[in-house]
Amino acid sequence: MHKALAHNRGDHVAVAVAPITAGEEIVIVYLDDDGEVRLRAQADVPYGHKVAVEPLAADEAVIEYSTQVGVARTSIQPGDYVHTHNIKTARW
Amino acid sequence: MDLYGYRRPDGSVGVRNHVIVLPVDDISNAACEAVAAKITGTLALPHAYGRLQYGPDLDLHFRTMIGTGANPNVAAAIVIGIEPAWTERIVEGIAETGKPVVGFSIEGHGELEIVRRASWAAMAMVQQASEQQRERIELAELVVSIKCGESDTTTGLGSCPTVGGAVDRLVDAGATVFFGETSELTGGEHLVAARMASDEIREAFLRTYDGYVSEIASHGVDLLGSQPTQGNIAGGLSTIEEKALGNIQKLGTHPVVGVLAPAERPASGPGLYFMDTSSAAAECITLMAAAGAVVHFFPTGQGNIIGNPIEPVIKLTANAATATTMSEHIDLDVSGLLTREIGLSTATDRLVDVLQSTVNGRLTAAEALGHREFVMTKLYRSA
Repeated sequence: MHKALAHNRGDHVAVAVAPITAGEEIVIVYLDDDGEVRLRAQADVPYGHKVAVEPLAADEAVIEYSTQVGVARTSIQPGDYVHTHNIKTARW
Repeated sequence: MDLYGYRRPDGSVGVRNHVIVLPVDDISNAACEAVAAKITGTLALPHAYGRLQYGPDLDLHFRTMIGTGANPNVAAAIVIGIEPAWTERIVEGIAETGKPVVGFSIEGHGELEIVRRASWAAMAMVQQASEQQRERIELAELVVSIKCGESDTTTGLGSCPTVGGAVDRLVDAGATVFFGETSELTGGEHLVAARMASDEIREAFLRTYDGYVSEIASHGVDLLGSQPTQGNIAGGLSTIEEKALGNIQKLGTHPVVGVLAPAERPASGPGLYFMDTSSAAAECITLMAAAGAVVHFFPTGQGNIIGNPIEPVIKLTANAATATTMSEHIDLDVSGLLTREIGLSTATDRLVDVLQSTVNGRLTAAEALGHREFVMTKLYRSA
């Protein structure tokens, strides 16, 4: 069963819909085309929080809903936990 | 769909039959509450303002007061103020709807005498209102407002798209829908702007949005620490842009046909309207009810418990934990969207079912729990 949902193909992040444990292989479903990807979680991710599905460089735009939702503070690898510690708003 | 509501003298349609006791100002709250405590079936709407306001802030105060009394969920209104002039202005505004309304001012009489007079009037109004029967109404006659709160990532994945589906069905049927939350569109404002039905409406929207954002900036601050809220962050939202993109999932897919000032009633036909409002739930819903909204859809993630005295608030969540730990506040659990046990059209069907039962008289969770948050929007401090 899937443990995370991504809104659109190309999004950098997906949302955990069940708690994710570091080291486990998880299934991520894309809501726009029902497709799946599998990857290994690099960190614990609580319910409702985000896991990276694509690599991000520091200062790169973070894409979710096919739209920029912020900027990476650090480089981020697929499977990493993504939240305020490693992304921030692009507005201020 | 079989819907039954109350038809008012001006042709508008309500889904509740309240007799309200409306204070013009803060110091008249006690008299209104005394009347409501004595006369069964009346509802006092205490609030904090109404003295020494001026200019556009005073205009908004009057628009909100008059609009609240004029709301089709209100069968009749008693208005009590300290002074006669402002009291009469509100009475006259409400009277344009043709519904029963009477005003009392306390100066020169004292509170006890006014409570006595207003109680006699309220008793007659309640008995008259209790005779009114629901009659068959059409979905197209409804004015529905939408606003989410205590959002988290489940809001954008589940509860807001469910509302979006219902908004599309309402607009298809010829109903009117209000959305707002001006500053909370930050990050998705370009997507909302692209939805405007004409260039003229788009310019009006961007003028409103830019005005709100510059007002915040004029204080020399930003919304960091306020947007997203601590509750949003605990729920997994990291930035205001991410919050906004979840928020706008509830707008459905139809063009936006107009831009409204706070508490402004649409002058033209049905459709989806943007209203310039705060994103604070009680302020936003109070303004939308004052513009005539009779039912509200409220998607929540972490569990906002808001209600409104005259407009039933239907709450839905896609967060399974919130649906369990705060079940008394939730009218519809759509967490099956996240486990993929249900699809979006099923979730939308269920929300429309809840809309139907609410319109026909079933109390929402917020109504049963007595949530009556009535909060005036203040544009600036009083003189």
